[in-house]
Amino acid sequence: MDSLTNYLFVSVVLFALGLYGVITRRNGVAVLMGVELILNSANINFLAFARFGGMNMAGHVFALFVIVLAAAEAAVALAIIINIFNNFHTINVDDVSELKQ
Amino acid sequence: MITGNIITDFSLLILFLPLVAFTVNIFFGKRLPRQGDWVSIGAILITLILSLSMLLNMFMNWDPDFSHEAKFIWMDLGAFKIELGFWVDNITIVMLVVVSLISSMTHIFSLEYMKGDIRYSRYYAYLGLFTFSMNGIVLANNLISLYIFWELVGVSSYLLIAHWFEKPSAAAAGKKAFLTNRVGDIGFFIGIMLMFTAIGSFNIQEVFTGVSQGLIGGSLLTLAGVGLFMGAVGKSSQFPLHIWLPDAMEGPTPVSALMHAATMVAAGVYLTVRLFPLFSPDALLVIAYVGGFTALFAASIAITQNDIKKVLAYSTVSQLGYMILAVGVGNYIAAFFHLLTHAMFKACLFYGSGSVIHAMHHSLHELDDHDTDPQDMRNMGGFKSKMPITYLTMTIATLAISGVPFFSGFLSKDAILAGSLGFAQHYPQHFLLPVFGFGAAAITAFYMFRLIFMTFHGEAKMPKVFKGIHESPRVMTFPLMLLSGLSIFIFYTLPYLNPLSDHGWFTELIRAGDSVVPGNPTAHEIGEGVHHAHYTAMALSLLVAGLGIGLSYLMYLKKKLSAEVWANKMGLLYKLSYNKYYFDENYDRFLYQPLLKLSRAVAYVDWDLYDKYFINGFGRVTKWLSFLTGRIDYDGLDQSIVDGIGRATQGFGKQLKQVQTGRLQNYMLFALVGVIIILVIQTI
Repeated sequence: MDSLTNYLFVSVVLFALGLYGVITRRNGVAVLMGVELILNSANINFLAFARFGGMNMAGHVFALFVIVLAAAEAAVALAIIINIFNNFHTINVDDVSELKQ
Repeated sequence: MITGNIITDFSLLILFLPLVAFTVNIFFGKRLPRQGDWVSIGAILITLILSLSMLLNMFMNWDPDFSHEAKFIWMDLGAFKIELGFWVDNITIVMLVVVSLISSMTHIFSLEYMKGDIRYSRYYAYLGLFTFSMNGIVLANNLISLYIFWELVGVSSYLLIAHWFEKPSAAAAGKKAFLTNRVGDIGFFIGIMLMFTAIGSFNIQEVFTGVSQGLIGGSLLTLAGVGLFMGAVGKSSQFPLHIWLPDAMEGPTPVSALMHAATMVAAGVYLTVRLFPLFSPDALLVIAYVGGFTALFAASIAITQNDIKKVLAYSTVSQLGYMILAVGVGNYIAAFFHLLTHAMFKACLFYGSGSVIHAMHHSLHELDDHDTDPQDMRNMGGFKSKMPITYLTMTIATLAISGVPFFSGFLSKDAILAGSLGFAQHYPQHFLLPVFGFGAAAITAFYMFRLIFMTFHGEAKMPKVFKGIHESPRVMTFPLMLLSGLSIFIFYTLPYLNPLSDHGWFTELIRAGDSVVPGNPTAHEIGEGVHHAHYTAMALSLLVAGLGIGLSYLMYLKKKLSAEVWANKMGLLYKLSYNKYYFDENYDRFLYQPLLKLSRAVAYVDWDLYDKYFINGFGRVTKWLSFLTGRIDYDGLDQSIVDGIGRATQGFGKQLKQVQTGRLQNYMLFALVGVIIILVIQTI
């Protein structure tokens, strides 16, 4: 049970769920949550490789960095979403398609 | 002692000062005080002083073989080089003095004669241009620059003859002079080119060397010589191109004196004198016959003319014929001598006629009479008492031209007649040459005294006009006095005082050069013949001159013989002479009209056939072809290929832009699909 494959499996599931959420959710906040899931799947990968691979402490440090980065990202992204809401009165990402040609 | 370099500097100044005057006057003349005449007069007087100092230097050095050449390369095209430069020898110096002296006199004379003219400053400018080009001819050391200045002289002659171009006759006379000269110049150019082709140089002295080495000979040399002589025929108004000079009298009288009596028309003689060594015996014969015939022929026209300037014009043609005759018989120093003396007395005669015409003009102007011809001698008579200075000076010049001893004309005419007589003694088959010469001498004496008697003696034919006649002011009589003074023998016979002498500084300083054509008689042989014939010629010339003067005296002064009766007796001959042998009419009928017809025919072929059908046809075909290619280009190529590419790109873009939904999640999905594809490819 305590093997690399299991951890990676969890991580892949988490990644797939996150990706699914990012691609399919219409709600901006839900999209953000998907991104968080993806980041956490990466964290699991780092820690798994620190434990079973050869990354050792570097994996831990990377994981910490990713958590910090995720926090920063959540702050910035939420701010963006608030701005979107202020401008468009919705946080439905399908309605925010100004990039369209 | 003046050295070579100074001679070059002087020559440059003499050449270019009149050009400076021309440039100043043509551009600024009207804005200058006195319309700029002082610029021209100043320039020409400096020129005169410079050339006189060169003459003085010539006397002090007393070197008959003096010769100085200065040149530079003007064009260097490898094998083909053209040099420009000066060739100054004693002949050049004397000629420079003649040109600048007569030109100065003309400038001074014109001060009064041209006063109030509408194109006063332009007139002075053109005089400068003429003096420049004439000095260019005199100084030239090669045939090309000679030819350039030759043409420039033609241009200035044209401009000055047609000075009063409002008068259609003056404009036509200018054109006639220019075109007639062109005929001769074509021959001149052919001659130059023949020489250049054979010898490879334009430099006159190199040409002489080439001829003496036999690089050109036989009939080609004769042809080249006759070609070069053609230039002289045109410029010196010899038969059959004599027709322009009498018409050139339409120009202002001082111009007639300067160009059509003393200098420009003498350029032809000067040319033959300069180039004498290279004429072959046959070419010289042509020259002698043309000159002799012209002398007699023009004199015979002068008898019956009533226009005072026309008489002088034909007299000039006749005297130039004399000079040409002298060149032809090899006595070319006599020709140059006559050129010198003739320049003085003929310019004097022209100024005299100008003075008379000026007086007539004023008198007629006061009477408000614009129909009477101020130049017709039949309206004159008895002017002796009213215009004593003009009368006296003109009489001196007339005595000179008639060949009366103690005057310059006697010396030079005698030398020419002796030359032709000596030639005929050597070659009896050419007995006609002295006959021409002596005949012309008799006729010359006759018509010149006829002019004097009709103008100055007898009773006034128009008393009203006569009353208003006054002597001309000092500016006009000064040149008359100076030039009639220079018609006295002493200026030409020094250091000898014998008025009958055939020696003097002239014959000693201006030494005849030998002909460079192999087989031609040397200068010494010709001189022997001349010397041998000297006294016979002198006696004969005195006899014919006396005959002419006597006949004129009886006919026009004493009225013992009636001119009318004689004219009737002569009938046909009189009519021929009076109408100038119908030369203009015949040229018109047999030359101009056929030429015009030919030109019209050519023009018809060119315009109505060639242009209309060929050129225009070409145009039409091109237009049609352009239309066709235009259609292919616009409707075919542009519409399908060029526009097609555009349309295809546009459509493609339209399709492709659908991908840009603006939905982030779509992009994300595309990225995911992309990654998956890459992964799949990698694993495979």
